[in-house]
Amino acid sequence: MKNVAEMVPGEIGVISGFTDEFLSLKLMEMGLLPGTAVQFNFTAPFGDPICISVSGYDLSLRLEEAATISVFN
Amino acid sequence: MATINKFKIALVGKPNAGKSSLFNQLTGLNQKIGNFPGVTVDKRTGLCQLNPATQAQIIDLPGIYSFYPRTLDEKVVTEILADKKNELYPDRVVLIADATNLKNCLLLLTQIIDLGLPVILALNMMDQAAKAGLSIDLIKLAIQLDVPVVMINARNGHGIEELKKLMAAPLPASSKKFYPIEKEAKPATEKIKERFHLANDYVAYQFLQQTKSLVSLSEEERAFITEVSNHYQLFPGKYQGAETILRFGAIQEILNKVIVKSANNEWKRTSKRIDAIVTHKIWGYLIFFALLFLVFQSIFAWAELPMDLIDLGFAHLAEWMATHLPQGPVFDLITQGIIPGIGGIVIFIPQIAILFAFISILEESGYMARVVFLMDKIMRKVGLNGKSVVPLISGLACAIPAIMATRTIESWKDRLITIFVTPFMSCSARLPVYAILVALIVPEERHFGIFNMQGIVLMGLYLLGFTAAMCSALVMKFIIKAKERSLLIMEMPTYRSPKWSNVGLTIIEKTKSFVFEAGKVILAISIVLWVLASYGPGDKLQNAEKNVLESVANQRLTEEGLENRIAAYKLEHSYAGIIGKSIEPAIRPLGYDWKIGIALITSFAAREVFVGTLATIYSLGGTEDETTVKERLRTEINPETGEPRYTPAVGFSLLVFYTFAMQCMSTLAVVKRETKGWKWPMIQLAYMTGLAYLSAFIVFQSLS
Repeated sequence: MKNVAEMVPGEIGVISGFTDEFLSLKLMEMGLLPGTAVQFNFTAPFGDPICISVSGYDLSLRLEEAATISVFN
Repeated sequence: MATINKFKIALVGKPNAGKSSLFNQLTGLNQKIGNFPGVTVDKRTGLCQLNPATQAQIIDLPGIYSFYPRTLDEKVVTEILADKKNELYPDRVVLIADATNLKNCLLLLTQIIDLGLPVILALNMMDQAAKAGLSIDLIKLAIQLDVPVVMINARNGHGIEELKKLMAAPLPASSKKFYPIEKEAKPATEKIKERFHLANDYVAYQFLQQTKSLVSLSEEERAFITEVSNHYQLFPGKYQGAETILRFGAIQEILNKVIVKSANNEWKRTSKRIDAIVTHKIWGYLIFFALLFLVFQSIFAWAELPMDLIDLGFAHLAEWMATHLPQGPVFDLITQGIIPGIGGIVIFIPQIAILFAFISILEESGYMARVVFLMDKIMRKVGLNGKSVVPLISGLACAIPAIMATRTIESWKDRLITIFVTPFMSCSARLPVYAILVALIVPEERHFGIFNMQGIVLMGLYLLGFTAAMCSALVMKFIIKAKERSLLIMEMPTYRSPKWSNVGLTIIEKTKSFVFEAGKVILAISIVLWVLASYGPGDKLQNAEKNVLESVANQRLTEEGLENRIAAYKLEHSYAGIIGKSIEPAIRPLGYDWKIGIALITSFAAREVFVGTLATIYSLGGTEDETTVKERLRTEINPETGEPRYTPAVGFSLLVFYTFAMQCMSTLAVVKRETKGWKWPMIQLAYMTGLAYLSAFIVFQSLS
């Protein structure tokens, strides 16, 4: 299964689940629910953190945080 | 008509929804900043006259996405909204929502409805939502949620009058319930309801989920809750994920009914284009450093004039008092202790104001989130956080506002490390000390035609401070245990032009909290230092004039020269002088004598006092003119060697000492305020001064 950290700029995927329970609570509260579309926008100059779009707004997170979000594509 | 009704109204909403703007719109200058007990967020409250008969106390709560706190500071929200015994427990709540991102804002709303609190939904940024093509049926939304809904524009104030009317009108709690407590948690919830006489299921459920956040509970009550939790095998967060999914399901159902036309993201195109440049590998950093340069230029260039004026103003004030007040010890205390003490506080105001003007503009425009984004990776290597960049840079101007600016860092560990290392950044108060010592020991010559040696040494000192900050952060990273995980999950707000009244109010707020919080300690220590420098044991000080006259009887001194001699004599025999002499054995290995010792002690008030103290010791009168002091230092002879006192070894040793040492009581006062105790400022004092001593020792011993 792929995760958000493995996506490339411009790619769109659908959130299928989380691998970190603590983080999943925070992420879901910000609208990253299973079944929601997520778009990978761009990365910071050293490849980390990254910026994604989800339910109509932009979010930045670290690669290690993004890696806990599984996507289906 | 006199005010009859008085409401307490809490303002909640997610970050970047416009909560501060709304708070400013409602309260204007009637704001009061205090502290919530135990946490570091400011408690912002303000008064608002809703109508002639109704006044409201508005309580601004930290920006949150959900009722479950993400950081220690956010616990204050639970504390206030779930505990009727809290003195700030509101009569009603206003939830400000970002209409362009309604779904995420409604999560918190459904939680507040479930808590049984009467709430008004204020929809902000409707203009942007309209631009995005979004169309919402507000009447249906109000019916579905069973709460009043009002459109506002927190930036220009449209809709605020409507909102005020709603805030003053009778407001029943919503009849809806969004989250039925899990079946497994029901019996435990019932037990809590019975024990604490609660009517609301969700409040009782929160007693189980967030026991630690409810500060008013007694030990015995806590034990009861723990027992109930254990008995029913509940633990905090057990059903939190399920709850969030359930709530979003209900919200989506409502949105399906009320959204007439959905948004497209065309309106964000400009913002995306700006991001492409601002977060670019090369342009991104270039723009960032260009902005930094601008900020520094303004802090040094623009603050100079008002700072000089303040200095002059206080000098005149002291002079005026000298002619209008009766002489005596009280008079001396006022003119030499209290007034310079207050002056020492006020003089920082221009720099603090300018720095916070910039920070506030960068934050308001949305650029700050990009700085964090650009710098996070680099900063994380040394145990800091993308959000540490602003405080560190601000530390080059002054550590006081810099430490105040660490409040944006959510992780307590990251924030503590940032607070701890920021004073290593060479602040503007070190500059006069650097300037005079560098000019004294480094020849003014050019290398390769362009590099000025003095300039290179000066830059080296700034680099040295920065390196010390980074290395200390790295060490702290391994020593301090994290109370919570360091996260960067952060919304990237759309770019927009700053709202100037918000910038103005931020400046006022920060300046006020500096003057009144740190000011108290600065003033107290100034007075102590004054006492030490003006009193001494025995009658030496009373007889100063006579003793000096005797010793210089055969010299021909001008009246001014004589007065300077007396001042130097007094300082030498004061408690400060005695301390200076008694620490001489300790500082001799660094190459210093007791005269420098006195300067080190008085520098504790503020580093720039070094120059003034040396001027007094070397009988130069009140002058702080750099060239005069420099010439005098150059001719000072070390009686033991017969060589000049300020050799390169001594000079570099002093420079290194001033780069590292914690010699700023204002900073300590602010650290105490921000960390809520004396523990960290004391560790900081010991660590920095220890490092300074050791480094100065090594430098002196290896150079001499």
